[in-house]
Amino acid sequence: MRSLCLSLVLALFAFAPLAAQQSVPPAPFAYRQLDNPGEEALAQELMETLRCLTCQSQSIADSDAPMAGDMRHQVRIRIAAGESPEEIRSWLMQRYGDYVSYRPEVSATTWPLFAVPVLILIAALAIFRRRFARRA
Amino acid sequence: MIAELGLAALWLAAALAVLQLVAGALAVRQDAASGETGIADLTRPATIVQGVFAALSFVALLYVFAITDLSVKLVADNSHSLKPMIYKLSGAWGNHEGSMLLWVTVLAASGALIAVVERRLPERMMQAVLAAQGFVALGFYAFLLLSSNPFERLPIPAQEGAGLNPLLQDIGLAFHPPTLYLGYVGLSVAFSFAVGALITRQVTPEFARAMRPWVLGAWVFLTLGITAGSYWAYYELGWGGWWFWDPVENASLMPWLAATALLHSTSVLAARDALRAWTIMLGVVAFSMSMLGTFLVRSGILTSVHAFAVDPQRGTFILFLLAIYIGGALLLFALRAGAVSEGARFSVASREGALVVNNVLLSAILAVVLLGTLYPLLTEAFDVRVSVGPPYFNPVGAIFALPMVAVMAVGPLLRWRRDGFGRIRRELALMGAVLVAALILVSLIGEVAFLPLLGLALAAMLALASVMPLRGRNLRRVPIATWGMVFGHLGLAVALFGMASESAFTKERLAALAPGEETTVGPWAVTLDQIAPAAGANWTAMEARLSARLEIGDPIVLTPQHRTFWAPPQQTAESVLATRWNGQLYAVIGNQAGATGAGPERWQVRLWWKPFVTWIWYGGVLIALGGALALIGHVQADWRRRLVRRKAAARRQEMGREQPT
Repeated sequence: MRSLCLSLVLALFAFAPLAAQQSVPPAPFAYRQLDNPGEEALAQELMETLRCLTCQSQSIADSDAPMAGDMRHQVRIRIAAGESPEEIRSWLMQRYGDYVSYRPEVSATTWPLFAVPVLILIAALAIFRRRFARRA
Repeated sequence: MIAELGLAALWLAAALAVLQLVAGALAVRQDAASGETGIADLTRPATIVQGVFAALSFVALLYVFAITDLSVKLVADNSHSLKPMIYKLSGAWGNHEGSMLLWVTVLAASGALIAVVERRLPERMMQAVLAAQGFVALGFYAFLLLSSNPFERLPIPAQEGAGLNPLLQDIGLAFHPPTLYLGYVGLSVAFSFAVGALITRQVTPEFARAMRPWVLGAWVFLTLGITAGSYWAYYELGWGGWWFWDPVENASLMPWLAATALLHSTSVLAARDALRAWTIMLGVVAFSMSMLGTFLVRSGILTSVHAFAVDPQRGTFILFLLAIYIGGALLLFALRAGAVSEGARFSVASREGALVVNNVLLSAILAVVLLGTLYPLLTEAFDVRVSVGPPYFNPVGAIFALPMVAVMAVGPLLRWRRDGFGRIRRELALMGAVLVAALILVSLIGEVAFLPLLGLALAAMLALASVMPLRGRNLRRVPIATWGMVFGHLGLAVALFGMASESAFTKERLAALAPGEETTVGPWAVTLDQIAPAAGANWTAMEARLSARLEIGDPIVLTPQHRTFWAPPQQTAESVLATRWNGQLYAVIGNQAGATGAGPERWQVRLWWKPFVTWIWYGGVLIALGGALALIGHVQADWRRRLVRRKAAARRQEMGREQPT
């Protein structure tokens, strides 16, 4: 209800900044690219593989959520400070858990994700062998 | 009153599904015993009337949404009197209960359609098919009536509706779910055919020919639904992404993969009487994937396994249905698979050989997507949260997808049964040359990542290969179905090119602009002319006027909006796309930039130049067009065949009459 009132107020003062709905303005690099295109490309690539924790199935590169903006800011300033993308990824994973990374690492809990495709590959080759080898 | 009529129609439809199941099942058994068919006469009418009642029920739901009857709980929860009419109507299926009603309506309607038109198969098999269709429908009627009644009334009517999620207030919602559901649920026909064939032990080329149009039809709708959904997400979410490997997207991709495999193996069965068991298996799997998708999307398990555990009623119900149908069908398959022989043999260098390879690879991709989608849910049940996203799906999927594209290029050039690669060595050499040339060309353009590079080169090769089957033929005499194959494969090449190009060449520009300032993205120079308020029926917005211009030519004006809806309160970015033949300029206006003291007001502007991104969806449409052509071609050929047979029979009869004289 409060936000409804707020929207109405905003509708009346349509020129008032919509950003006022957020209590804090977004971090500087949430919506700003790094000046160095190489660094920005690195940051972009990393951001596309990090999960926005307050959204559903979106990466931080695809989200308007304030938290995604903060994380983009973090990624960009750390890249600019010379950290490697993998260092930033592991820092974020320490902070928020493995869940934040869209790229599963091979570990005690995730090995089937990698073992099963290998098994599928072997099974596929076996099927081809069985079907075709005799008559080839 | 209308709501009660809708509910009554739903109950009647459920009762008719019972009749359909019982009559069909008895007919199959009686037939087996003695050859009597009295009860069999009931099955088709029951199926048809069931379809009519389900449709009536859905119309009733549309009506209560159209008049915004706020005494109906579903309307009060999801609609709003101020919404434009089109979104009131589409809001009818923008929620759990309504979309499930749409689901069973499509299910019942497709059942009714086969009951009306399908007369090619032995009647006993049709009875089994319709009984299976009724059995599937019954479960979903039970689900709707017992746990998701869309017509539930409120004890006290609401003053005003809660509104529809603004992201859904878009023309995409009007078309995307119905199209997708036609595909999803159309696969139920393939499922019922497979079950019917297993029960009556008749897996024949005739069966495949009868099933093929239904599979093709469902597949066309599924293709269009996925294509439309992808484009909708692309322009609606405002960040330029078109595929997120989101579980909901995967839920629609998995039936598509299974249906694609089914389609091709059905062709082998129809043409060469091979791959019998495999085709049946895929028929079962395809619809199982549809039901699994429904479970994933509808049970709430995707938000969190724990959310599912807190309110498990609906999810458990669907899980139970899933277990009955998939488990039952697989059990039947296991019991009868021995009786279904493999069918004719063939060598590796043959059309069938290539199709088998592609079928296995498609199934492998399906397995990878299934694993990646379900695995996080599995670990979450043990309190370990992992994310599986693009960095997993893209490379692991590519391991199977890229060879598939290669085989797809070669397969159509091979002859059925037995062929040699030597015969088509010239074509193979040409394809290899194109592949290498494209690889070199793209590498010269600039630094392109490995997968997009391979994608671009393979797309070029496949595009060439897909039209090769037409070489040296009189184009006017090429069968329509062959045109279908050509367009389908060409469509995949086009889509692959779009995907690879988008991923390789996209340019992004985020800028905080004050009115009058300019920025660039790719070949475009974009100026923020002004920012002004705008308003619609249920929203207000800040609208930016951007003029974008290439080096030559007049500037074009783009007006993206940052909208604020008040029912429910939510902000959305309305992106604007400027389409050129070679790509799209994608513009979004965000919030006011963080105030930095003095200076003019700045606004967040997000711009993308995405070369050839539209080809992704053109490709999807081409694929669907290919499917539609194949459908037309096969139905036409079948119709002609029957006409010839009827004429021959008539002539034989005539001759029989003449002979005695």
